[in-house]
Amino acid sequence: MKKIKDLFHFFFQSTKGLILLGITSISVITAIWGMLSGPMVEWGVRDFVVNLLGMDLQSVERSGRIIMLYHVIAMIVTSIEVYMITSIVPMRRHQRANINNTITVGWITTTIFGLAFGYFGHNYFYHGLFLVGQSLIFFAGLLLAAALYPWRKHFLVENKEYAHTKNGYDIERMAFFVMAISMLISAGFGAVTGSFWSNGHETFLAEDLIRNPDKTALQKSVIGHLHIMLTLIAVAITLIVGRWMDFKGKLHKVAMPTMIVGTLVISGGVWSVVWTHMAHTFIYFGSVFVMFAALLLVIYSWGKLIKDRTTELGLENPTFGQKFIALFHDPIKFGPFWQMVFMNFTVSGVGIFMAVKLEQIFRVWPAREERITLTGHWHILSAIIATIILMYYIDIAGIKGKMRKWLGWTIIIGSDIAFGAATIFSMKRLFVSEYYQTPVVNWTMLAMDFGLGIILVLVGGILIWRLKDLFDSDGLWSKESASPELDLERTSVLTQVGRDAIKKEMEI
Amino acid sequence: MRTLQTTLFISLLFITSLFAEKPMKFVETGINPKTWALVPAGEFYFGQHQHVVDIDYDYEIMITDVTNRQYANYLNEALEKGTVYIERDTVWGHHPGDPFDAYLHEWEIPAGNYPHVPISNPGLRLDYEGGMFSPKTGYGNHPMVEVSWFGAKAYADFYGYRLPTEKEWEKAARGTTTNDYPWGNTVQRNQANFVSSHNLFEKMFGDVVKTTPVGFYNGKSYNGYQTMEGITPYGLYDMAGNVYQWTGDDHPKVHYRYMRGGSYQSYEYSLRVWPRNSAGPEHTSMSLGFRCARTPLQMEADPSDTSE
Repeated sequence: MKKIKDLFHFFFQSTKGLILLGITSISVITAIWGMLSGPMVEWGVRDFVVNLLGMDLQSVERSGRIIMLYHVIAMIVTSIEVYMITSIVPMRRHQRANINNTITVGWITTTIFGLAFGYFGHNYFYHGLFLVGQSLIFFAGLLLAAALYPWRKHFLVENKEYAHTKNGYDIERMAFFVMAISMLISAGFGAVTGSFWSNGHETFLAEDLIRNPDKTALQKSVIGHLHIMLTLIAVAITLIVGRWMDFKGKLHKVAMPTMIVGTLVISGGVWSVVWTHMAHTFIYFGSVFVMFAALLLVIYSWGKLIKDRTTELGLENPTFGQKFIALFHDPIKFGPFWQMVFMNFTVSGVGIFMAVKLEQIFRVWPAREERITLTGHWHILSAIIATIILMYYIDIAGIKGKMRKWLGWTIIIGSDIAFGAATIFSMKRLFVSEYYQTPVVNWTMLAMDFGLGIILVLVGGILIWRLKDLFDSDGLWSKESASPELDLERTSVLTQVGRDAIKKEMEI
Repeated sequence: MRTLQTTLFISLLFITSLFAEKPMKFVETGINPKTWALVPAGEFYFGQHQHVVDIDYDYEIMITDVTNRQYANYLNEALEKGTVYIERDTVWGHHPGDPFDAYLHEWEIPAGNYPHVPISNPGLRLDYEGGMFSPKTGYGNHPMVEVSWFGAKAYADFYGYRLPTEKEWEKAARGTTTNDYPWGNTVQRNQANFVSSHNLFEKMFGDVVKTTPVGFYNGKSYNGYQTMEGITPYGLYDMAGNVYQWTGDDHPKVHYRYMRGGSYQSYEYSLRVWPRNSAGPEHTSMSLGFRCARTPLQMEADPSDTSE
């Protein structure tokens, strides 16, 4: 009984356990639901899974099902980020507990009932609970925003290497706060539209409307919603891994205000899509700021990796070659920032290229091809975020030595093969005429399946190891229970004002 | 440098040989592409969300896509009459232009000559020799592909037909039912030509065949391959899969032309009766053809010949 209680405590009370629970859930969902599309259909796997699990897949409901699935996965990813944020940004213990508990109940409810409604028959009790779950997540977001409120003297920057105001307010905390507020408002754009469902608003997939010149305000709202939510999830993970790398110094002081400006401008731009044709201009402008902040983080982190490794080796004046080797020494820490660079080739670069080649692409390509490129680029961005979370988790789990290297390089190489192949697949029309495309299609599909497949196998391996560990009473889980929070440097510290406030509260 | 050039040349020859087409055998489906089906006036369910829409007139629509044989015959006649001409390996013809709305990023399509059929495109299933077009061996009853919207419309105009509007197309596909597919709510692999259907026809004759003869999925058995009948309530074939079909509407502000029905490249969800595909009117593809509509009682014989 005590073991069960301890395990429950680990999974639901410790940050490390909560992150593991979230990653496990996404992995299981990805493994099962990934078998319902693409080549799995051709191979007959989908039919087998559908029959085995008793799924009810009405053809007419496909759009709605996919929307439910996106929401479920997005809610879990968001929750994982929230667990990380509540651990790395200093806040009161009860605040962390309230936020984590609320969001955990929220995503579990959303997941169970969202998937049940989408894939196992339309029971509106399920749909109601799906909405309850999302409402809880939204409420947890409000609690998070309150906890992150940066203009309070309870937590101030002590180490002046971190970005701060003259009064010592933490600018990185402000960046988290602005991201959280933007996300709450952006969620509203989806929620408002959702509230009109079956009452003036009909289910649609954004990619099906790309060529409609006249979209309703509700349709624009949803299109803005899905873009900004993914963008803000990317902003959040950038801030999180920045903290993991102990981002500080001059670059931090430039990057954090830049990130705040970028987040505000992009969000404002996306929200304005409902009312103005100028939205893209704002979005491009804001993107420059966000991407510049991310670039500064990449420069800092790679410099740090080189410095840490050469110092470890005792190299006082390392050569270029030694620095180069040092950069690749730890793929788990090199990987997230490489993925941010690689993203430019498979996501941002593709977007810019398509904008430049507008007349050669949009005018000539069938909508279904344009659709593949569009859905491809946001799936790749989502998957890049997932690999970054995964690499951070491998570090959190304390995996070291050769296994760490194997895991790191497998994730980097596997995902980049898959994303590169997906990009070639989606752009194939530019360099291979249709008649000769069959080999390109076959090989890129194979590369995608291979790349993503080995990552899934790898994640499966990690999860089996963690599952086995649970049976060991003195396993890693118990150590993580004892040290539940993420081990890293925090930008601000509890001040005397904060201590006094806590003391006062305790007296009350 | 010379070695490199030789290596590249040999590699190119090798790669090209991989795609060399095997001779195709003509497969008779028993379905006559000269046949038209009557779609009576009345309401039907339009789109994914099944809005009730009324088409208040009867019309007829071809029961199959226009075939290579039909289109080759048309080209020969049209060349003779001078309604189309050949220049730079392409068939061209006149289009009176689309109304311009000055919408953001709108492409203007003014009156002028536009490409109909790219003759040198390897995906085209027509031969052009001695100033005459003819279908490639075995492809006479396959749907005409690599034809632009201008080329499809020119064919229809030439014979006094028209391209069906999107609504006409969807009503012809769905009838007055709420079905997802022309025949029901599911699709079997031997019922239509789509990406997961393991198109046995393609395997029987080579790897780049892709299309099936019009009306192939009619319940007949071909060399032991039993097909299911894939027809609409009005008796149309290939309204789901095989090749996308141009529809006639010009969509204001964008001038994309919409394509319906899915193709051999599509997953099954694109074969449902409502998903749209679109492209500029000059677009051609190996997976894109068309069929025509007309007002009833216009019973003159179709000049195209289906015999191989």
